Amino acid sequence: MSAIDSISFDHSELLRFITAGSVDDGKSTLIGRLLHDSKSIFEDQLSAITHTSSRRGMESVDLSLLTDGLQAEREQGITIDVAYRYFATPKRKFIIADTPGHEQYTRNMVTGASTANLAIILIDARKGVLTQSRRHAYLASLVGIPHLVVAVNKMDLVDYSREVFERICKDFAAFAAGLKLNNIAYIPMSALNGDMVVERGDKLNWYKGMALMDLLESVPIDHDINLEDFRFPVQWVCRPQTEELHDFRGYMGRIESGFISVGDAVKVLPSGLTSHIKEIVTYDGSVDDAVAPQSVTLTIEDHLDISRGDMLVKTLEVPRVGREFEAMLCWLSEQSLDPRRKYLVKHTTRTVKALVSRIEYRVDINTLNHEAVDTLKMNDIGRVSLKVQQPLAYDSYQRNHATGSFIVIDEVNNNTVAAGMICPAKD
Amino acid sequence: MDLILNDKQEFATPVPDFAMESEGAALKRRPARHLGHLDALESEAIHIMREVAAECANPALLFSGGKDSIVLLRLAEKAFRPGRFPFPLLHVDTGHNFPEVIEFRDRRAKQLGERLIVRSMDDSIKKGRVVLRSENQSRNPFQSVTLLDAIAEFGFDACIGGARRDEEKARAKERIFSFRDEFGQWDPKNQRPELWDIYNTRVHPGENIRVFPISNWTELDVWEYIAREELEVPHIYFAHTRDVIRRGNGLLPVSHLVELKEGEEVENLMVRFRTVGDMSCTCPVESIAVSVTEIIAETAITRITERGATRMDDQTSDASMELRKKEGYF
Repeated sequence: MSAIDSISFDHSELLRFITAGSVDDGKSTLIGRLLHDSKSIFEDQLSAITHTSSRRGMESVDLSLLTDGLQAEREQGITIDVAYRYFATPKRKFIIADTPGHEQYTRNMVTGASTANLAIILIDARKGVLTQSRRHAYLASLVGIPHLVVAVNKMDLVDYSREVFERICKDFAAFAAGLKLNNIAYIPMSALNGDMVVERGDKLNWYKGMALMDLLESVPIDHDINLEDFRFPVQWVCRPQTEELHDFRGYMGRIESGFISVGDAVKVLPSGLTSHIKEIVTYDGSVDDAVAPQSVTLTIEDHLDISRGDMLVKTLEVPRVGREFEAMLCWLSEQSLDPRRKYLVKHTTRTVKALVSRIEYRVDINTLNHEAVDTLKMNDIGRVSLKVQQPLAYDSYQRNHATGSFIVIDEVNNNTVAAGMICPAKD
Repeated sequence: MDLILNDKQEFATPVPDFAMESEGAALKRRPARHLGHLDALESEAIHIMREVAAECANPALLFSGGKDSIVLLRLAEKAFRPGRFPFPLLHVDTGHNFPEVIEFRDRRAKQLGERLIVRSMDDSIKKGRVVLRSENQSRNPFQSVTLLDAIAEFGFDACIGGARRDEEKARAKERIFSFRDEFGQWDPKNQRPELWDIYNTRVHPGENIRVFPISNWTELDVWEYIAREELEVPHIYFAHTRDVIRRGNGLLPVSHLVELKEGEEVENLMVRFRTVGDMSCTCPVESIAVSVTEIIAETAITRITERGATRMDDQTSDASMELRKKEGYF
């Protein structure tokens, strides 16, 4: 059994990442390379793409074929927005949100980025920092992806030149500084030849930093979630009303941020009533403490009227509560924003009617200039003022992704038409 | 117990450690550890199930007795105990299921004390809703008719299912909350954007949502979870001797639904099933894995072998690879 003994199943963490770049930057090749060199491709997949590559007259295997679309997509000439891919190494388990580069880029990247810990921005070493790279960097900063990797690809086509790499780094850093982007790692690579992706290769010996896979396996993600502010939106109230649990009233939900212990003083929002945590119940027994993102059931000392849509917070860590706030909206629907209409806003577990009372500006994501507009069209990003019918308990998106984000739903056709990120208060 | 479950954080209790950390003058308690990947996946799935329960008027959970839906049931227990499930279990029985799986299905539902609804394809055939070319034909493609009939009969507006995105290319592009029109059809071009974990559950009457809480789980995650939670699975998942014939690239279990073609011989081999479905098309793989731990090893070892990190000895079968091919990465 020695063979089995040496296998590690202990992928202690889950890292979600997104790749930003177009096919021309070698995005598919990079994903293919990651999957291939981490031995995440099964033989049958490999033989299929080897076959296709040789049929198309290529000398080596085209790894980009691994992420080729569905047959239906090829036949109809369409691209489905986000595909999720999975691979694991002995250290971590990975989920890639793979979004196509060209069509509807903003919408796709925002969708894929919303759950990502990390974004890889691909730059073609021959072309340097383009408008497109700036756009990707802006979207990464807007969605607040905690970690950024700038992958300077196609180094083989610039003779693995250190000068080229350093110039691109400098250009990107200058732009990123204006976006308050931190935690940027720069890696020179050739996805085609496999240099500095999983293996280091022997062409980039002047580069002393980590290869991409080493970085993906080791970047610290423990603090990607806000662990300061306890936020517990109530999803479901459990009242078994059985003989032995006659008085049991459990508030079920997921701890979106922070942590909680038995005995902690809590406040119910929006009502403002207070109580103390009596018990933290899980299927596996009661516990003394729980932390985001655990799903638990809480009971409290007092009988209060609490239902879905309410939020439990600690009395010393309260969010804002209100009916008016400003937010950045990314418009996702083909039907443009109509400021005369009422929409629905789903924020944590609460859905309320909402009105866009003012469009402050639209961001030109190529220049970052602000423009006055009277609507937002698909793929537009703009700052708006919102009024909602009932009060919401919210934080700024910057402080807390879970309580600072919302979606906008069209009440007539039920489509999700926009993604919203609440701005910090001006005062 | 055994070598894989030793000292691994993954299989320990999901409660994180808390460390005392000095912050200014006051001591502030802060969690010191990130949740393991199974804990993270579990919490995501529980959150999804509770959203369905809270927002959908009349949901159902699809339970077939297979491993993925067995995991769903444990997740539902974690989501709703000490209360009852806020939905019934629904099984679409093709009439060609393995008897031991049906027995397991009924027993498990009874253990849980939850309501099980079974709708059978035989009834759909009798009513003329399903027309088969031949009696022994695979019934898998027609399950949807019976499912849609059941949805209409009970007015379900959401069905929770155990599909995973790692299963195949189309699934990889499907949302967790997958909207279906009045004909039960999925339109890949017209999916609702799904951001963060804020799910849009709204439907018009007659429309329906399929919800996949374990979308982000892989086959290996499912088996690791079965091990961690010590879940019972039907015996046919474990290696046993069975009469099979070789057809195409795979093995076919001998049953009253299989007619021998010329030149085919019945062999008695040590096999296990990786999926359980319609008997006429569910193929076992050669395997010696008689425990969950050994199945995990077989499932993982395919990759390990290829990466050359571990030398496989003769004890290990090529089960994983065989079935991966059969399940097809078309």
